[in-house]
Amino acid sequence: MSLSLDDVKRVANLARLEISEDEARKALIQLSGIFDLIEQMQAVDTSAITPMSHAQDVMQRLRTDAVTEIDQRELFQSVAPQVEAGLYLVPKVIE
Amino acid sequence: MQWETVIGLEVHAQLSTESKIFSGASTAFGAAPNAEACAVDLALPGVLPVLNRGAVERAIRFGLAVGAKINSPSIFARKNYFYPDLPKGYQISQYELPVVEGGHIQLQIVQDGKEQEKTVRLVRAHLEEDAGKSLHEDFHGMSGIDLNRAGTPLLEIVSEPDMRSSAEAVAYAKTLHTLVRWIGICDGNMQEGSFRCDANVSVRLRGSDKLGTRCEIKNLNSFRFLEKAIDYEARRQIEILEDGGTIQQQTRLFDPEKGETRAMRSKEDAQDYRYFPDPDLLPLEISGNWIEEVKKGLPELPQQMRTRLEHDYGLSMYDALLLTGDRDISEYYEAVVGKLPSDPKLCANWVMGEVSAYLNNEGKPFDVCPLSPAQLAQLLLRIKDGTISGKIAKDVFRQMWAQAGAASISWKNREGVDEALGDRIIDSQGLRQISDSSALENLVYEVLAANPKSVEEFKAGKEKAFNALVGQVMKAARGKANPAQVNEILRKKLTE
Repeated sequence: MSLSLDDVKRVANLARLEISEDEARKALIQLSGIFDLIEQMQAVDTSAITPMSHAQDVMQRLRTDAVTEIDQRELFQSVAPQVEAGLYLVPKVIE
Repeated sequence: MQWETVIGLEVHAQLSTESKIFSGASTAFGAAPNAEACAVDLALPGVLPVLNRGAVERAIRFGLAVGAKINSPSIFARKNYFYPDLPKGYQISQYELPVVEGGHIQLQIVQDGKEQEKTVRLVRAHLEEDAGKSLHEDFHGMSGIDLNRAGTPLLEIVSEPDMRSSAEAVAYAKTLHTLVRWIGICDGNMQEGSFRCDANVSVRLRGSDKLGTRCEIKNLNSFRFLEKAIDYEARRQIEILEDGGTIQQQTRLFDPEKGETRAMRSKEDAQDYRYFPDPDLLPLEISGNWIEEVKKGLPELPQQMRTRLEHDYGLSMYDALLLTGDRDISEYYEAVVGKLPSDPKLCANWVMGEVSAYLNNEGKPFDVCPLSPAQLAQLLLRIKDGTISGKIAKDVFRQMWAQAGAASISWKNREGVDEALGDRIIDSQGLRQISDSSALENLVYEVLAANPKSVEEFKAGKEKAFNALVGQVMKAARGKANPAQVNEILRKKLTE
């Protein structure tokens, strides 16, 4: 599988990473190297193997449905750049 | 050309847990902004999600109610996008191996007096967290963010594109709405956003088996808007195609004021969500024992009850549908029939008629109906045994309602219910029907003597005159005569 420079730029944009042309070229080489490795691995027959979704072979623990948190808004908002009327203020976004 | 509309629905049902899906913060509606947003919901550095057992259990309950497969293991994934009301930069959702896979919903549609059944297949139902809320009012050119809703558990229920009209889509949404409340996984409050619909709409020529390009209409929060948005969208697409154009795949918003949909964003630059398994969450294992346990706790489902009401009680599909519209009504109805098993139809008529109307008028649910099922059944028994007519019964009902006064506790928890209330009103006001036939005969004689003209007309073959005479007798009896008995005596006297 070959990756283009445009792919790299698009992925960077999706991840909100600002990268220069130079960095993009470097990333293209490194990412292509990773894809080569994946291609090698794909040669292995895995049809009888359950896909692994987590590195640890343990199952999720669950918590009881109960409210355990108290209101700490004041504490959390003390480090926020800007708040008003209990809201966190951010640069205007509208879709 | 004959066009066919094809609709699939995605419904977000907010699960009725006390706490959030991945944190111990409260999910109660209406708190002060950000008072219910804890460190996990704010995505502060170093926090980890811990899955709420109650949310998983509700998803299982839904899966069992729709005959779906419960996946184990089930996997949580990150859906990546950037928006300020999503502090982590991703939403924890499910992609591969959702908790619920497949299943189906059975619909009963009564339209223009015709009864119809239909099955809508489900693709899946998966667990995910809700995002926060952005307020775009003027905060000095900034947006305000309230993260109380962030992390609220949602079950996203995705149907196959099996619906062919807005009426079917509405019937599906209503059936689903009834079901999630019935099995107690969602309060169904649409104003508060607990039950939201997205509709995928496309059109194609009738007979074609290829799907057209679809548009997704987001966030429809009432059944009326759902219907209007689909009708508008289908018309819009048909017009474009008939003019030789092509449909662009888009996400659209419905404007309730104009009754139109408009483009929100087109799918070309649509986000690539780059789903991948969330490394913060391990695979979820749902044991067979757990599934069995949940199954045991399921009530009789609305669909099963509908069938039972039609088969065992002989009710019409329409009646059965109304009586199973929510569990409150069905429980009340069953309790009335329990006291008067000989006439389920009479019970149905009164529960959906008088009781429903009086409660609607006061904006109250069946649960706090001032009259208990036993009190209603006792009144209906008096119609059955001929003590009073249906008409008088309505008057007695009105007085019972007024005397019982407003109730604040469920009828199920009331003690010392005065079952003789109706009987006392009947007796104290002398409302018993005149069942003594000689007394009735005297009344009939008086009426015949006072209305010679009507008698003449009847003898000349005018059936209308007979009805007028019945009316006169009923009037003379002040409504307390049994109409069937009056008919019989009158006809006998007239033909003597």
